Amino acid sequence: MAETATDPVPSAASPASSGMPMLHKAIFAILLAALLVLPFLVYPVFAMKAMCFALFAAAFNLLLGFGGLLSFGHAAYFGGASYIAAHAAKVWGFTPELAVLTGTAAAALLGLAIGALAIRRQGIYFAMVTLAFAQMVYFFALQAEFTGGEDGIQSVPRGDLFGIVPMGSNLALYFFVLAVTFGGILCLYRIVHSPFGQVLKAIRENEPRAISLGYRVNRYKLAVFTLSATFAGLAGATKSQVFQLASLTDVHWSMSGEVVLMTLLGGMGTIFGPLVGATVIVALQNYLASFGAWVTIIQGVIFVLGVLLFREGIVGVLARWTGRRL
Amino acid sequence: MFELLGITPQVLMGQLLLGLINGSFYAVLSLGLAVIFGLLNIINFTHGAQYMLGAFVAWMLGAYLGVGYWWALLAAPIVVGASGLVLERLALSKLYHLDHLYGLLLTFGVALILQGIFRDAYGISGQPYQIPDLLAGGHNLGFMFLPNYRAWVVVASVIVCFATWFAIEKTRLGAYLRAATENPTLVGAFGINVPRMIMLTYAFGVGLAGFAGVLAAPIYSVNPNMGADLIIVVFAVVVIGGMGSILGAIVTGYGLGLVEGLTRVFYPEASSVVIFVIMAIVLMLKPEGLFGRSA
Amino acid sequence: MRRSTIFGPGLASLALAAAIVPAAAQEAIDVTLGVLNDRSGTYADLSGEGSVVAARMAVEDFDAEGKGMNVEIVSADHQNKPDIGSNVARQWYDQDGVDVILDVPTSSVALAVADITADANKVFINSGAGSTELTRGQCRPTTVHWTYDTAALAKGTGSAITEAGGDTWFFLTADYAFGHSLEENTAEVVEEAGGQVMGEVRHPFPARDFSSYLLQAQGSGAKVIGLANAGGDTVNAIKQASEFGITQSGQQLAALLMFITDVHALGAETAQGLQLTEAFYWDQDDATRDWSARFEEMHGAKPTMVQAGVYSGVMKYLAAVEALGSAEDGEAVVAEMKAEPFDDPLFGEGYVRADGRVIHDMYLFEVKSPDESESEWDLYTQNAVIAGEEAWLPMLEECDFSQEAG
Repeated sequence: MAETATDPVPSAASPASSGMPMLHKAIFAILLAALLVLPFLVYPVFAMKAMCFALFAAAFNLLLGFGGLLSFGHAAYFGGASYIAAHAAKVWGFTPELAVLTGTAAAALLGLAIGALAIRRQGIYFAMVTLAFAQMVYFFALQAEFTGGEDGIQSVPRGDLFGIVPMGSNLALYFFVLAVTFGGILCLYRIVHSPFGQVLKAIRENEPRAISLGYRVNRYKLAVFTLSATFAGLAGATKSQVFQLASLTDVHWSMSGEVVLMTLLGGMGTIFGPLVGATVIVALQNYLASFGAWVTIIQGVIFVLGVLLFREGIVGVLARWTGRRL
Repeated sequence: MFELLGITPQVLMGQLLLGLINGSFYAVLSLGLAVIFGLLNIINFTHGAQYMLGAFVAWMLGAYLGVGYWWALLAAPIVVGASGLVLERLALSKLYHLDHLYGLLLTFGVALILQGIFRDAYGISGQPYQIPDLLAGGHNLGFMFLPNYRAWVVVASVIVCFATWFAIEKTRLGAYLRAATENPTLVGAFGINVPRMIMLTYAFGVGLAGFAGVLAAPIYSVNPNMGADLIIVVFAVVVIGGMGSILGAIVTGYGLGLVEGLTRVFYPEASSVVIFVIMAIVLMLKPEGLFGRSA
Repeated sequence: MRRSTIFGPGLASLALAAAIVPAAAQEAIDVTLGVLNDRSGTYADLSGEGSVVAARMAVEDFDAEGKGMNVEIVSADHQNKPDIGSNVARQWYDQDGVDVILDVPTSSVALAVADITADANKVFINSGAGSTELTRGQCRPTTVHWTYDTAALAKGTGSAITEAGGDTWFFLTADYAFGHSLEENTAEVVEEAGGQVMGEVRHPFPARDFSSYLLQAQGSGAKVIGLANAGGDTVNAIKQASEFGITQSGQQLAALLMFITDVHALGAETAQGLQLTEAFYWDQDDATRDWSARFEEMHGAKPTMVQAGVYSGVMKYLAAVEALGSAEDGEAVVAEMKAEPFDDPLFGEGYVRADGRVIHDMYLFEVKSPDESESEWDLYTQNAVIAGEEAWLPMLEECDFSQEAG
């Protein structure tokens, strides 16, 4: 049935061992090292944007790639958290880390509420239900007082981290964002490789069998949905601190489409795919910004080619060549 | 009870009629989606873009070739349907052995491409399209002024919906179609070319979207984004009606048009979300949709 | 130059060097103009490439080269998204050595750019956005708001129509902050002028079908239906009003935010009789006609007030930079722009007020009927002039930057 979003990587060989395989350790270490010097090589704001979207895509991948559930409304959690965090920092005067936590908590609650309804349906129905709820969130953001309608929440102050470390400079903020997003991605990695993650895979591969084995499938689904929404929220909340604004772009359905695109392009169900996909798409948008409508066309073409020829995604292909799980 | 919350029956009648007109678009669009879903099991995300394409083809026929509304009403759905044929052959048919979600993703990508191309070529302000002379003007119904063209929209949509329902539920061809939905292999064994039937069904569903687009061209501005937001409402309509149910799609389409019309009178702020709220309620009480069989 | 500490090597170091070493007076002054606007969306026709053309014309007309200035123009599409717009703005200032950002037709993006500009101590000359916040709640010493704002439009359309006898109003309002403020501004003006507001209906944004709201407006019996919305919504509402015979039955439509490109797209047939306020119309006098003819030759359409505003803004900006001999200190350049009143070929006499609001006359136009219209762009008759002192909101004390800028 529609439940089996195919895992491009042979997942039978995934051991549920608690330790991280050497290869993954090495990749994470190299990644961290690269990220530490990155702001001295490229424009830090661009790098921060890419990291936020990498976390967003990774959170989405938890649901799609490992839970087998395609949500078409993840903008609701990303954007919702971004609004709450911006409001917390600007109006309530929260410090950055508290603002981010508040936004994340809001996304978790929202995910719990919507998830509880959405998991009643499966496959395509599930996708459409999440999309419809996301539209409700969008209209709320458009009309509510505190969200500022079209203008969004602007001039969010870059406060002092923990009330002491000023975040005014791009560089200071960069390391805060690095800590948050890298930490978030490691958490997601832990979740995927925990016993919980194994049950998720079992449900994805064969739901009736998982039920017959005595798993309360709906609870697992709701849990993974909420977790995914939470981390999407973490990404959105962090992004609002970087750009000092929360806007309708973040809750619009095209944002939900973008995160699907990032995950698909990088390779769904892989560990590093969403990070690669997010970086590519963010770079594309950045460098093609002056071409206007062509950005949309190119994204559409990537979608189509991705689905037709390239379903494993960039990292999926690499994994097949190297014969390793990535 | 001549006045309800300060709304006179005249106003109410007027708003209900307008709701019905809007419902006509929902009905034709959700019908197309339901037909496609019924046989291909694909949620056609391109539907909104194909509706836009229908309007644009009608406009181009008029602007470049001098073809009038009535011929456009016939030609544009055929052109859009033909483009659907190509899309099905070249792309969608490659995905049937895969998860249906890939169909959703593919059609989403195609929608982006179509919208992007038209945005690049024609900008976003929209192109003017005149109401045909035959349908210009309108009638005063006592409670409201009804433009003739709007009345025509209702008539045309009812005819198309009924014809489609009849063809699928009451004819031999429809019977093959329904049988192929249940068991394609068996129907194929009876000597019926199932892939061709699937291809034509997709083209037909897409043609319906094109038809709705031509209907919309004279009253809404013809612009590249005209289908983008509408399609999400229509998705909700299909979920409420129960996916794959032809009658369900039609009835829910008109019904939700009416509900939306009422909301615009009593609480206009909520008119954009009312359909999604109803969807949430339906999902809680009857997850398979109002007219759906439980999966 | 707080941001200079984080520049990486490469391109950025050039900008850094330029920032530290003040340009010697006799050397060429390098100026980079950044036209940031909508090149693919709703506002592409009224700003877009046309604004770049206008900026280029200004550089030529100013004879920048002859005056020893080395002017470069860059442009980008902000797609009406504040995050994309602010990203471009930051990158332009931090990396690409842009000295002034022009146009920015979307209020949400404009507010973001105003902040970033103030942080970077550059200059922001807005022409396309309507938010009064740019010179009020979020006023900055580096912002100049050239062409129009929603309060001036409300003032022009609201008071002139009310005084001409259209004294009962019903509003069709886009249900978000922008629509609400446009409605409030206008309602205030209408009531001040002795008119009466009969009611309003809030429609979702964007809306496709206006028939239901128009019917409610018709039922209200108000003489004037005020359209407190923008872009595609306004166009659709007007189109459907004509379909439902609203204007024929004696009610008047007043668009509170509309541009000549919108009227052109609707055509005189549909839009005739519509009243609207603009800051500029190509067919006002010889100067505007000449300039607009040159513009049309390069761009293929008559200029909008937004594009005209970009031209005049650049002229004034370059004059200020020439006087100072440098474009480095944004606050100083803006102070210089505020120092003297101007007599502009397109906007007439006016001045940049201490809060950055540009004070000039506004005009109430009525769209001609197809019989009166002699050519494709012959669309308006001028009904009233709203004198500069009348048109704009008074300055807020906290936005008076004259002392600090000295």
